[in-house]
Amino acid sequence: MSYDGASPVAIEAAPQQSQRYRVLRRLMRRPVAVVAIMIIVVIYSAGLLAPWVAPHGFNEADFQNRFAEPSLEHPLGTDRLGRDLLSRSIWSAQTTVIVTVAAVLTGGLFLGVTAGLAAGYAGGRTDSIIMRAADTFASVPTILLLLIITATLLPRIQNGARDLEDLTGFDWIVSSGAPSYFLVFGALAIFGWTGIARVVRSQVLALRQEPYVIAARAAGAGTPRILFLHLLPNLTNLLLVSFTLSFGALATAEVGLTFLGIGVQPPHPSFGLMVSDGAILSNVREHTTLILVPAGFIVALVMSFNLLGDQLTDVLSPRRR
Amino acid sequence: MPAGLATYIIRRLLLLPVILLIVSFATFALGRFAPVDYVEIQAGPRASDETIERIREERGLNDPVPVQYVRYMGNVLTGDLGVSTRYQGFPVADVIFPRMWISLQYNAVVLVLTFAIGLPVGTWAALRRGTWQDPLSIGVFLLFASVPVLISVPLLQWLFAVKLGVLPSGGWSEAEYLGVELGIFSKHAVLPIVALTLPGVAGIARYMRGQVLEVMDQDFVRTANAKGLKAGVVVTRHVARNALLPIVTILGFELAALIGGSIFIETLLGIPGIGLLAFESIGSRDYDTFMAIVLVGSTIFVLTMLLIDIAYGFIDPRIRVEGSIS
Repeated sequence: MSYDGASPVAIEAAPQQSQRYRVLRRLMRRPVAVVAIMIIVVIYSAGLLAPWVAPHGFNEADFQNRFAEPSLEHPLGTDRLGRDLLSRSIWSAQTTVIVTVAAVLTGGLFLGVTAGLAAGYAGGRTDSIIMRAADTFASVPTILLLLIITATLLPRIQNGARDLEDLTGFDWIVSSGAPSYFLVFGALAIFGWTGIARVVRSQVLALRQEPYVIAARAAGAGTPRILFLHLLPNLTNLLLVSFTLSFGALATAEVGLTFLGIGVQPPHPSFGLMVSDGAILSNVREHTTLILVPAGFIVALVMSFNLLGDQLTDVLSPRRR
Repeated sequence: MPAGLATYIIRRLLLLPVILLIVSFATFALGRFAPVDYVEIQAGPRASDETIERIREERGLNDPVPVQYVRYMGNVLTGDLGVSTRYQGFPVADVIFPRMWISLQYNAVVLVLTFAIGLPVGTWAALRRGTWQDPLSIGVFLLFASVPVLISVPLLQWLFAVKLGVLPSGGWSEAEYLGVELGIFSKHAVLPIVALTLPGVAGIARYMRGQVLEVMDQDFVRTANAKGLKAGVVVTRHVARNALLPIVTILGFELAALIGGSIFIETLLGIPGIGLLAFESIGSRDYDTFMAIVLVGSTIFVLTMLLIDIAYGFIDPRIRVEGSIS
């Protein structure tokens, strides 16, 4: 089996409900997996509930308390405008939640799974067109194209959103930051589908000759029925691992794009903006917490996703060890 | 060379210009449709409308985009990459190649170090399975693989430049010694090399560990052990050789990671390499320079991927020739 970046080690198919519970139980017996899940749940729910759990707003400046040390009022200290770092982190987690979930749903689940199913099941010309497209996307330096896509399209999308505001009378579309979120996850989705598509395709190729698929076809089941009722449930384990790993990669990518100034735009909060603030040399020298706080959150989150992916692979493939 | 492999290579080679055409056209169109008119930027704030119109006319910017694209690609094929608007009067080629040389130097060192350290460390970790070093090494690899360059660089800066004061906090040495540029041999190169090598080594070691474990389970290894070969011989001759095969493909992913990593490293440390140039040229709407970077970058990238695929086909005869192994 060849390595293609996203595919975990071959995973046995486990279609029945009871088996899925068994997998969950086995996972919960591993302390590392439990800790990883807890970290992810804490950071993601903090992000989702940001308006209620964040002690301050993400842009609430307090000029009396610039670069404050950690205290009861500001548990992680404040930045150069006296903004509370804990609150900014929680709001940044919200950005992470929005971008990663949206990119996984559109790029991985929608584009990736659909393309993989189509290529693997239809075969022939459809297969080669889809796979050549995947080859093309995989063989270009992604970061360079993301740079030019976001740099040239963001102003256009924002103008479009302003026109939409004029048309509909909603005046919150641009100020909500929606255009930049949309662009970031859209750009990530366009380049993020190839890995998943390849994994799904190779699995479908292996499964389509299985007796139960042939039996279903013989019994007169249509293609959509075979794809979604017979093949897709057998791919869930595989997808679970792939998606877990891609969540971590997407979170990192958003931080990187925003750091370069082409992702989420200020004043909207993002770990990328916090990092770019903390990475200024004078801040590295004198106010190290400014980089340590976002660094801690990002590393904890990405590492948890990677750990969980590893643990899931172990649990789902009894072949290993 | 088997006939199947030849067709495979030819088919891959035919795909190369297609990919480059798609990438270059997408970049070109995006640059030309950009909302901020780069002629206005280039001409400066005080230029009159007539001046701007004259420049547009001179440069053929009023023609339809496909026409402009064909003309541009024609020039590229004759070696003319256009003129930089940021570094006025300099041909793009003169701007990008010196910068690329800087990035190439430290990236080459990183690539060699990554494999030279990662492969033995990964093998070592696999042989330690079941001891206390096993979970420890897995944890350390995972930690280093999870820290983005963007975060490790400021932390390394803090440690080496601020706390210990042993390394410069950024930049690139232009000092010369006996007429030879120091460049890669100066202290300035240490920080970027360390920052890029750490995650690379961790990734390779993690993958190598898995590969070695997989190979060690196979029958021929058991046979080799059973017939009384020394453990060292089994590891180097039987296990490592077979585990190395799929690692060849990783080279491609490593390369992609390096191109991405260079942009962050160079922006953070102020190293005047190709990554910083790409970032600056996008910021200052110097689209011709950016186009050239994308073109050269994609060509190198696609060619490397192709070489890896071909090498893989040669090394491992089990690869099905018409199969997609990339």
